[in-house]
Amino acid sequence: MTHDIWIWAGVVLTLFIFSSLYKDNPFYRFAERLFIGATLGYAIALTWHNVIIPKIVLPLQHHEYILIIPLCFGLLYFSRFFPKQAWLSRWPMAFAIGTGTGISLPLVIQASLFKQLQGTMITSFTFSNIVLLVGVITTLTYFFFSTEHKGAVGKIARIGIWFIMVSFGAAFGYTVMARVSLLIGRFQFLLHDWLGLIK
Amino acid sequence: MWNKILGLDRRWIFLLTAVCIILPFILPMGLPMQVSPPVQNLYDKIDAIPPNGPALVLDFNCDASTLPELGPMAIAILQQCFKKNIKVILMGLSMPGVGIAQAMLEEVKVKFPDKQNGIDYVLMPYVVGFGIVVLRMGEDIHKTFETDYYGTPLDSLPMMQGIHNYDQIALVVCLTGSVTPWIAFANTRYGQEIGLGVTAVMAPEAYPYLQTNQVVGMIGGLKGAAEYETLLNKNLGFEGRKTACIGMDSQSIVHIVMILFIILGNIAYFATKKRVSNT
Repeated sequence: MTHDIWIWAGVVLTLFIFSSLYKDNPFYRFAERLFIGATLGYAIALTWHNVIIPKIVLPLQHHEYILIIPLCFGLLYFSRFFPKQAWLSRWPMAFAIGTGTGISLPLVIQASLFKQLQGTMITSFTFSNIVLLVGVITTLTYFFFSTEHKGAVGKIARIGIWFIMVSFGAAFGYTVMARVSLLIGRFQFLLHDWLGLIK
Repeated sequence: MWNKILGLDRRWIFLLTAVCIILPFILPMGLPMQVSPPVQNLYDKIDAIPPNGPALVLDFNCDASTLPELGPMAIAILQQCFKKNIKVILMGLSMPGVGIAQAMLEEVKVKFPDKQNGIDYVLMPYVVGFGIVVLRMGEDIHKTFETDYYGTPLDSLPMMQGIHNYDQIALVVCLTGSVTPWIAFANTRYGQEIGLGVTAVMAPEAYPYLQTNQVVGMIGGLKGAAEYETLLNKNLGFEGRKTACIGMDSQSIVHIVMILFIILGNIAYFATKKRVSNT
């Protein structure tokens, strides 16, 4: 068994969280709130040391006064705390959303739409290529709501539902795997790092 | 009987899951491991990088909750790079990513004490901007980060002398549990080759990018990490504890139990439904 105090702290908090599997209790709520507080504190400290100090404080000390403009613009976010001046926070928000969208939209459309459309084109008549094409067409038909899903359209949309169900099943299977992996990680921590029972 | 199954206290299921996870740790079964093509492709891609040639960027776009899955991947990739003398740039697009990168690096460095900061690897600090950071790296990595994690100017680090943008980067491997900006911003804009290490939850979303060759290879979840550990062990000799491989026996047993529960639950549901409709 380890003598490392931090591993002991991790063990105690892990057991506090696991205790909620039996029923809700104060130990679980304590660990949950500690986690949220520690995460927030870590984020604030990291932002202070990696963003505020090197990107604002130090350059201002070196007389880069042009930074006062974006600094004041950013500070407008805090106007949300004052109801009468809250509208001012829309300016930095509009700037952030506008530039963010402008920069990412062309590239994201190219990467996630054009390239994917290109990938759907049949370049060889293999079974998987045909399944892919049928899957895309029928699923898109299911999401086409300008025509009533009757007759041929209805039948194609029905096939689309099957493809959607299969994809949901695959996603659920992967999710189960992910959650079990997290539990395995915790048990490895308890049995290996703490108790030293397994190699 | 069927009603009893449907009304089973879920805490029994929790207990059974715990037993199914713990037992294979104590009595390992060593179930066979098949390496899937996406994992093999990523391994081969890294393996083909010439020693002391272009660098590999390892991005930790993740937080602590993803470590059981992404941690073994990071350790395996770092070991492969150090064994093959491939220069590594470690970075974190997410805020906790840099701290995780440092922890992984320290763990691997124990097995490779000769590897030096600034010569064999560089750890970058957290820079705010997410996608913008990826775009800026395509212009100038030195201007994007200015210093390394420890505050040393990048210009003074020997490894960074010849590395300025993606032209000197052989491959970017992004370890992530969420969306990644590398595909749109580095692959589409600069043609940079991308590899992914993703949590199992994210794997279905990442597969379409493999099919279009926007991603050269992918490690998905603990299963993918175990496959990578197996490949590394087979070809270069894995140093230390194979965390993912150890966990895979438990994973398989829990999956069998879950499948049985799903089948049993469905039979119980239809059996009780039939009985109700008969009465």
